[in-house]
Amino acid sequence: MSTPDPLKTGVSKTLKFDPLMHSGTRRHLLSINDLSSEDIIRLLDSARSFAEVSKRPVKKVPALRGKTIVNMFIEPSTRTRMSFELAAKRLSADVVTFTAGASSISKGESLKDTAKTIVAMGVDAVVIRHSSAGAPRLLTQWVDCSVINAGDGMHEHPTQALLDLYTMRERLGKLEGLKVAIVGDIDHSRVARSNILALNKVGASVLLVAPRSLLPAGIEEMGVEITGSIDEALQWCDVLYLLRIQLERVSESRFPSLREYTLQYGLTQTRWSRLKRKPLVMHPGPMNRGVEIASVVADEVEPVITGQVAAGVAVRMAVLYELLGGPTGVGGSD
Amino acid sequence: MRGNSQKILIKKGRVYSPGAGISSEIDVLIHEGIIKRIDRGIQPTGAKILDAEGCIVSPGFIDMHVHLREPGMEYKEDVGSGSRAAVSGGFTVVCCMPNTDPPIDNASVAEYVFDRGVDEGLCMVLPHGAITQGRGGKALAPMGEMGSCRAMVRGFSDDGSTVTDSEIMRRAMEYARTMDSLIISHCEDVSLTAGGQMNEGFYSTLLGLRGIPREAEEIGVFRDICLSEKTNAELHIAHVSTAETIMLLRDAKRRNSRVTCEVTPHHFTLDDSYLVTYDTNLKVNPPLRSRADVEAVLEGLADGTVDVIATDHAPHALHEKETEFDRAEFGMVGLETCLALVISVLVENGVLSLEGALEKMTLAPSRIMRLERFGYSPLIEEGAPANITVFNPDFEWVVDPQMFKSRSKNSPFAGWKVKGKVIHTIFSGRVVLENMEVKAKLE
Amino acid sequence: MAFVARAKLLDGDDISRILKRVAHEILEKNRGASDIALVGIRTRGVFLARRIAKLIGEIEGREPDVGVLDVSMYRDDVVARKASPVGVTRIDFDINDRVIVLVDDVLYTGRTTRAAMDALIDLGRPRKIQLAVLVDRGHRELPIRADYVGKNIPTSGRERVKVSLEETDNVDMVEIGEEK
Repeated sequence: MSTPDPLKTGVSKTLKFDPLMHSGTRRHLLSINDLSSEDIIRLLDSARSFAEVSKRPVKKVPALRGKTIVNMFIEPSTRTRMSFELAAKRLSADVVTFTAGASSISKGESLKDTAKTIVAMGVDAVVIRHSSAGAPRLLTQWVDCSVINAGDGMHEHPTQALLDLYTMRERLGKLEGLKVAIVGDIDHSRVARSNILALNKVGASVLLVAPRSLLPAGIEEMGVEITGSIDEALQWCDVLYLLRIQLERVSESRFPSLREYTLQYGLTQTRWSRLKRKPLVMHPGPMNRGVEIASVVADEVEPVITGQVAAGVAVRMAVLYELLGGPTGVGGSD
Repeated sequence: MRGNSQKILIKKGRVYSPGAGISSEIDVLIHEGIIKRIDRGIQPTGAKILDAEGCIVSPGFIDMHVHLREPGMEYKEDVGSGSRAAVSGGFTVVCCMPNTDPPIDNASVAEYVFDRGVDEGLCMVLPHGAITQGRGGKALAPMGEMGSCRAMVRGFSDDGSTVTDSEIMRRAMEYARTMDSLIISHCEDVSLTAGGQMNEGFYSTLLGLRGIPREAEEIGVFRDICLSEKTNAELHIAHVSTAETIMLLRDAKRRNSRVTCEVTPHHFTLDDSYLVTYDTNLKVNPPLRSRADVEAVLEGLADGTVDVIATDHAPHALHEKETEFDRAEFGMVGLETCLALVISVLVENGVLSLEGALEKMTLAPSRIMRLERFGYSPLIEEGAPANITVFNPDFEWVVDPQMFKSRSKNSPFAGWKVKGKVIHTIFSGRVVLENMEVKAKLE
Repeated sequence: MAFVARAKLLDGDDISRILKRVAHEILEKNRGASDIALVGIRTRGVFLARRIAKLIGEIEGREPDVGVLDVSMYRDDVVARKASPVGVTRIDFDINDRVIVLVDDVLYTGRTTRAAMDALIDLGRPRKIQLAVLVDRGHRELPIRADYVGKNIPTSGRERVKVSLEETDNVDMVEIGEEK
């Protein structure tokens, strides 16, 4: 032997990303990198079917009857939590939700102890939202069930990217070759990271629109183009994806003021009305009207953004169904 | 140092002594703490025999940078467990950093730690002192008092933190120069590293972890080189991790600045791509850098820019590592994997010859720490005090932190197949490690 | 594992004749086509439903509604879901108070039929649900019986019945064989 070869050693066994990470019989969704492009398309196809369920008078199918899902939200989130909860319930799974405020995590209980408690209760999946990047992956070491990342720190939010791709595909009919501009605070955005990875996988092009002070180091290596001009992006893109901008970034000197941000990067009424060919405008919500998007424009694009929310339930149903679906007895082939 | 009446014969090892290279098979006879004879075919009359066939007989290793956590954080490590880890890794001298609780910022704490080392009797434990009182970065600690106490403190460092205020660092260097002390600088511009978890770059972006830019280290290194050149104080840069730092040091050395530096085994072995596992044992400060930085560090080792290999052995309890990445402590243990990484990474790949690597673990740190003040010699020659490490450079083993003598097991090298293992360690003429087993102190 | 055919049981002409007979039987049993809608179970049931609807149209002058049902969300024996996504259910008409004829290619354990009935009932309240299948191969695990059977084919549990249709397989035929 010579140098400890990274590929033969314990540390880096997991260096390779497994498509739809298998850990024994358990499957997880921790990162978009766990999915192949085929996996993504299949999930989006399935989501279309699950979207139909949400339009029925009886919005429930028995697919996950008898399964128990824990929604573990160690960081507050209303929208994602509700979306996962509805998804699970529409598949007839039993759902228990606990949030940071209500749980003991905030009282200093370690994630490990919480995980062990969950295991003792015998659940089939944990949906975890956590302010620390990598927490969902850490959880997989301690639980014997599927783990689904519902947003971890600045890392990823894979189901958000899937619902965004779903929306683009339903509205524009394709993903391959699509030109998507993502505008705003890329550095702090797990939504941006997951979308970049997912869009790259399905053959769309991504342009990031932000001042350098809001772009993370080495982002170019993720296969994206960069511009500092939203006007340039508007001429180019099929989809304009606006990120929520937060006031606290001003105190971090990421940009001088919200006013300046709006001037430079906001989808203002002037910019919008000037456009001959209007792109699909998307936003992960909640929107800051008057900051990243003018209120008038927001009203106009509202249906797409609420559509994203509806798609969220369908996509999450598809993910839960794929990871947890049915007993595995060999059934009849009729 | 206490003498020892035991007679020891190291049979058929190949002796390395700085300056003299590696000999062919030869025997070494030790008596009363002194190397009495180095010759072929010495008769073992009444001597304890240590088989060294296939092994290198080297001067004991010296680690300029460890954290022994005593006083105050004995649940991570103490002088006893740290000493056992040290001799298991072949170290006969370890210099421990003052970021304890209370910190080593006065003579009584320094003497306490030094005496604890003497009591354990396995290796020499030399405390570094803090540059500033309470490591607070505001007022100078009594370097003169610490330097003249039993512990004869020579190295001063606020390691773990940086001396943020340049004026205070300047005065510290001026004062240290007068006291003939060494400033060991942990270089970090903290305004650039706040909240940082790992090296800033593609991988920090991919993993969504707040980045620690290289420039934070480089700005600090450049400032301290400037101040050292202004004050003519001796400066030692701790745990060098970036390519630019290596360049700054190479230039400074070309100008004959009084500056030396060290790198850790983890910084010359691992790059930031390993972090994709979110293994908190890989969370260290300075962080694991990019592959290009690792290459530059290797070059620095090869061309002599890097003087010393030091482990920055930083033990942490399981609960401090088995947690969310951004909540985990910085640091990894290193004493018991150092030699194996030196051989597997540096020697096997031809970065350094075995002699070249050993020089950075024996002669160079001894010179920088002026160990002759303690009657210590980093040489194997007749008449020298016997501080010897016998290791097998071809021994292959798989790292299992549970086997470590250190109280903490926070090593990312678990499961790594490596080469090179310390078999026997002799400290002050006494066998403290025999066939990889630590020998308790003689009562 | 691949299907190895042992014998061809039905050819294209046989299938045409059977579907004509089933169309007539449906009309006969329901006294015309006025309340009838056909719902095909994905995948081959859909094409059979469309063919029967067309035949009914030729006889009655008006084609009944045809819907598509994907029952994977209702199955209790899901195994191989990784390969294909969950299909879309598309029923563009009101099923309330209608006579729904479920159409499938093979009736075997009855579990698909049960899932289909559950799915249908979640969509509304049909007056009646009837079942039409091209082949009934026996081995029921649930108390389910087809109203219209193209052909009864006695089989052993090891055997497999393979239905091929023009629309999906470029040829109409039914074979019996084994997975090997």
